[in-house]
Amino acid sequence: MENIAEYLKQERSQPWREELRKSMKAKERTSIERVKMPEQDPKERQHNYLEVNLGLTEEMAVTEARRCLDCPDPTCISGCPVGINIPKFIKKIEAGDFMGAAKVLKETNALPAVCGRVCPQEVQCENSCFYTVKLKKPPVAIGNLERFAADYERNSGNISVPEIAEHNGIKVAVIGSGPAGLAAAGDLIKLGYDVTVFEALHDVGGVLKYGIPEYRLPNEIVDVEIENLRKMGVKFRTNFIVGKTATLEMLRDEGFEAFFVGSGAGLPRFMNIPGENSVGIYSSNEYLTRINLMHATNPDYDTPVHEGEVVAIIGGGNTAMDSVRTARRMGAKRAILVYRRSEAEMPARLEEVKHAKEEGVEFLTLHNPVRYIADEQGRVKKMVLQKMELGEPDASGRRRPVPIEGSEFEVDVDVVVVAIGVSPNPLIPHAVPGLEVSRWGTIIVDKETMQSSIPDIFAGGDIVRGGATVILAMGDGRRAAAGIHKYLQEKVKK
Amino acid sequence: MNKIVEKEFFSENVFKMVIEAPEIAISRKPGNFVIVRLDEKGERIPLTIAGADPVRGTITLVVQRVGLTTAKMMRMEPGEMILDVAGPLGKPTHIEKVGTVLCAGGGVGIAPLLPIAQGFKEAGNKVISVLAARSKDLIILEEEMRACSDEVIIMTDDGSYGKKGLVTEGMEEVLQREPVDLSVVIGPAIMMKFAALTTQKYNVKTYASLNTIMVDGTGMCGACRVTVGGKTRFVCIDGPEFDAHEVDFDEMIQRLGAFKEQEKEAYERYLKTVS
Ligand SMILES: Cc1cc2nc3c(=O)[nH]c(=O)nc-3n(C[C@H](O)[C@H](O)[C@H](O)COP(=O)(O)OP(=O)(O)OC[C@H]3O[C@@H](n4cnc5c(N)ncnc54)[C@H](O)[C@@H]3O)c2cc1C
Ligand SMILES: Cc1cc2nc3c(=O)[nH]c(=O)nc-3n(C[C@H](O)[C@H](O)[C@H](O)COP(=O)(O)OP(=O)(O)OC[C@H]3O[C@@H](n4cnc5c(N)ncnc54)[C@H](O)[C@@H]3O)c2cc1C
Ligand code: SF4
Ligand code: SF4
Ligand code: FES
Repeated sequence: MENIAEYLKQERSQPWREELRKSMKAKERTSIERVKMPEQDPKERQHNYLEVNLGLTEEMAVTEARRCLDCPDPTCISGCPVGINIPKFIKKIEAGDFMGAAKVLKETNALPAVCGRVCPQEVQCENSCFYTVKLKKPPVAIGNLERFAADYERNSGNISVPEIAEHNGIKVAVIGSGPAGLAAAGDLIKLGYDVTVFEALHDVGGVLKYGIPEYRLPNEIVDVEIENLRKMGVKFRTNFIVGKTATLEMLRDEGFEAFFVGSGAGLPRFMNIPGENSVGIYSSNEYLTRINLMHATNPDYDTPVHEGEVVAIIGGGNTAMDSVRTARRMGAKRAILVYRRSEAEMPARLEEVKHAKEEGVEFLTLHNPVRYIADEQGRVKKMVLQKMELGEPDASGRRRPVPIEGSEFEVDVDVVVVAIGVSPNPLIPHAVPGLEVSRWGTIIVDKETMQSSIPDIFAGGDIVRGGATVILAMGDGRRAAAGIHKYLQEKVKK
Repeated sequence: MNKIVEKEFFSENVFKMVIEAPEIAISRKPGNFVIVRLDEKGERIPLTIAGADPVRGTITLVVQRVGLTTAKMMRMEPGEMILDVAGPLGKPTHIEKVGTVLCAGGGVGIAPLLPIAQGFKEAGNKVISVLAARSKDLIILEEEMRACSDEVIIMTDDGSYGKKGLVTEGMEEVLQREPVDLSVVIGPAIMMKFAALTTQKYNVKTYASLNTIMVDGTGMCGACRVTVGGKTRFVCIDGPEFDAHEVDFDEMIQRLGAFKEQEKEAYERYLKTVS
């Protein structure tokens, strides 16, 4: 920690930073209003899948960058799970060196264009910003600036391809192509390893592709990052289910000397209430996969999905928000979010909640389904909801929802999407004898090196944490890459 | 990309396809299936691996044309490429020596039954097979099934071949005659439902291989869920084989019809483009 503080101090004392700091009084900086992210009009956007946030212009970005005080003790950094040098990249933007800003981001974050869009900044970096903590003012828009710099670099067509160490010919396998796998692959290829990413689906990107919708994270942005990894030499094998298409043992025989497991938390949970298997009731994963990965809403594609006048989504997280906003875009007259606690306890990002409301989503908080009623063909037509109230805080610190007896009532529905969470994907834990897993099915690893109970297997992301975030998954991937490097270097020496 | 190397029609709407898939050919076991996506705009459909040749690096699928994707597939020729083939998926059949095994296959269900019957035979069981279909030309793989069965009973709805009657009648004949230790039934959902009711009367443990609608086939979506013994299970990772006496077939049949209208529309649209 000492030397990081030292390094930040040194960086901060560089003449260009000192000069910028002096160019404007702190008072002036703090009196600038936080720049609003331009957005597509809610009336328009509820009918299309184009991005909601349009991105900052250069002027807006520079204005927002001026708000940052380049603090001597930049608390924002401690709020970022991968420890991006936030003031440095922001000051590069203020100085007009947008490419330089992108370069700073890439030192620690493999996918800044993605994180700038989907990180829950309000509980991470921006929550620790001096503005939030001390001034009680809206924080510097770190996420928006991160997105700006990354987009600028991508649109310039001049993406810097990082330096790659000499090839060492050592084969490493990455299992799963979500943010954890991609981050690990990026670091391992830079270190000179021969990296192959194995992906079960036909497309690369994990949740970034099949889960998070286009209007929040266009696939094109993920594809550019993947293309970069390809250029750097990473090999991708799609339609390859490790543990099924080939066992780990077979891959070892093929010469793979270490494995990173980033297989995610793919298994959807259901409530196990009567009628839940009726036709027209989906898990959020199925609903979003049909639409995002399989393009069900595009008539040129063969995969079907149900449309409906009334669509109810059960849950209050990002997945629920993504599903309910998608339902609205598919033409639902009523898109209802049913959540058993109150809005204050919702785990979804604030921005998603705000956007959903603007788009006409109805919020039915403190309600919970207890049963579904189907027609003769088995198609869902009603849900029975029960009203809830908040009791004492539970283990998660949030107040426990308690059902109100006798409060049940029926609501007509055409489609229901259950978005109450996911469990770790069991494929790898089942396929690898002796791999230590927790009670919840997550792989147990060393927190520093991400090494599992089997020395050549490392893991990170949702398969280790349960459902978490993109940036935490990426951070894990990077830490695991370092762990694998150390492990393999020691092995070589022996 | 997986090359089609052979194609053969068993009847007007049932065909066999041999496809290059070297890794799957090595790893697959009886009871496994693959997910196939024909082209960029295609849907992902599950198909059972009816056989494999690890030396040649190929797997064999037997497909019945029922809708859009299977119709498109039926028009593909050797030399053409199938964009995605992923697998082998699902738990393999638990094959062991139990004594007498009654295998019942309906229509295209005979194809997935074949490797299972072969497995039980190799494990030293007495295998009795009942093959059923609407009419003679829909009875497939008869020779192969005979090669791994001690006895084969053929049933057709119209009496054009074997005995006239339903699969359950053929099963009943065996069950009345001799002790059976295990039964495996594969075919249309409705056939499996009644086959299960039949063996239940005789208290014979029975496995059914379920053919629910799927998307990913890896446990990620829950499209394939069925109720087994009162619990929700995922066919792609917990199955495809389950204790047939515990399966809620009525629910499964309803779920199979989930997209009937959309499928019909898409199929009709497609027929217009090819005719
Ligand atoms: C709808 C939705 C919205 C979300 N929104 C946000 C958000 O706004 N912000 C945020 O920070 N987080 C969000 N999250 C959470 C975030 O996406 C996840 O925490 C993150 O993607 C986890 O990354 P991962 O790499 O661990 O796994 P994943 O992204 O799940 O990727 C795992 C990959 O591994 C593959 N795989 C699994 N098993 C195998 C195998 N045996 N062989 C080969 N491949 C295999 C899977 O097919 C998958 O592609 C959201 C999640 C969802 C579902
Ligand atoms: C584990 C598994 C193994 C299978 N193995 C084989 C096989 O070896 N050979 C084979 O021909 N088929 C097999 N099936 C069924 C096959 O997947 C479907 O026939 C196929 O998906 C239909 O696609 P389609 O686009 O042609 O028809 P669609 O237009 O999708 O459907 C046409 C009609 O077929 C019914 N249908 C839809 N999906 C299925 C389904 N999954 N199973 C049964 N009926 C369905 C529907 O009720 C619909 O009315 C298997 C299914 C599963 C789950
Ligand atoms: S990666 Fe996420 S937490 Fe870190 S600075 Fe960027 S937006 Fe903030
Ligand atoms: S805490 Fe806020 S103001 Fe201070 S350096 Fe970080 S972003 Fe800038
Ligand atoms: S097909 Fe998606 S979980 Fe089984």
